[in-house]
Amino acid sequence: MNKILVGLLAGVILGAIDGATAWFYPETRPVIGSILVGSSFKGMLVGLFSGWFARKVQSTKWGIVVGAVLGLLLAYGVAAMDATKGQQHYLEIMLPGFITGAIIGFSTQRAGAQPVTLR
Amino acid sequence: MDLSDSVLDHLRQVAALPDLSGTRYELEGEIGRGGLGVVYRARDRQLGRHVALKVLDAALAGEAPLIARLEHPAIVPIYEAGTLPDGRAFYAMKLVAGARLDQYVGRQTTRGDGPPHLVERLRVVRRVAEALAFAHSRGAIHRDLKPQNVMVGEFGEVYVMDWGVEGVAGTPAFRAPEPGLDARSDIYALGALLEFVLPALPPPALGAVARKAMSADRAARYADVAGLLADLERFQEGLAVEAWREPLLHKVRRFWSRNALLLWLLTAYAVVKFVLFFWGRR
Repeated sequence: MNKILVGLLAGVILGAIDGATAWFYPETRPVIGSILVGSSFKGMLVGLFSGWFARKVQSTKWGIVVGAVLGLLLAYGVAAMDATKGQQHYLEIMLPGFITGAIIGFSTQRAGAQPVTLR
Repeated sequence: MDLSDSVLDHLRQVAALPDLSGTRYELEGEIGRGGLGVVYRARDRQLGRHVALKVLDAALAGEAPLIARLEHPAIVPIYEAGTLPDGRAFYAMKLVAGARLDQYVGRQTTRGDGPPHLVERLRVVRRVAEALAFAHSRGAIHRDLKPQNVMVGEFGEVYVMDWGVEGVAGTPAFRAPEPGLDARSDIYALGALLEFVLPALPPPALGAVARKAMSADRAARYADVAGLLADLERFQEGLAVEAWREPLLHKVRRFWSRNALLLWLLTAYAVVKFVLFFWGRR
């Protein structure tokens, strides 16, 4: 399995799990479906970029940093969209997004095969 | 005229030195003595380089062709073989600047950072094992593997020396108990070598690898050097070794240390979610 695919799968799964935790908040339960889809998509994007990065740079440290930063940026985007609807959930969305991104970045560095280069 | 003891000693030493006339080598001094002969430091006059010159008993002259067949980065290359005017066989080989493994393991560096780390010791053993595996694949066995026959060079290169010939008895602490020596006897010696480089309280998995290789029952040892090498690689990758059935607690600890970063990240995620949940409920 290549690193981009690993990132994609890890991103979708972890994003879905992160989104599913919204079920614990009664006020978000009615929209849990769209949260799940949005969170999975967000995770998928982080995984895709982290996987691409892992193909270029082999460093667990930098993989985590890139994943975490991407997760934070995308989570900020989601929180900002939420804020336009009058709901301020920056911390609740960005902090878990940051750590999820770090885990995705870590996974892409540790798993998956590098592309074979012919010289 | 009476000769003093020191003069007599000197004469005895000079008489024992090999006569290198007719060769391209110039004797510079003795490096060491082994069961197979004496190794001298010599200078190759033609090429202007230093070599290690091993002078053997004539009966053991078959050693050079045996080693010359083994072209491997961890086996000292033979430059030339020949016979001295007194009939003794000799061969010239690369002079390795460095330390014998027994000295290397016990060394104290000038920086005061002590003997080499376990990772470095295992690197040396793995290099020796690779040379041994190669020799076995060519039908040769060492017969006398011990720390004194392993050199670690200035650049970290590892050389296995003194490849044995028929009739060599081996060194007691590293010699397999069976009367006839074969590839599994070398595996025994390799296990003893591993045990030698390990610290007083080794990781249990490594101790088990050494014990399995040194099993008195030949059939209970690793079938080949590759099996032992694979176990060493598993240990270094944080995986379970075949030689040891590890207790559950050890398994958990190994899993944690192998996946510590991931587990810390997952823990951080769980803690953040937990705190945010209760903080939001206030």
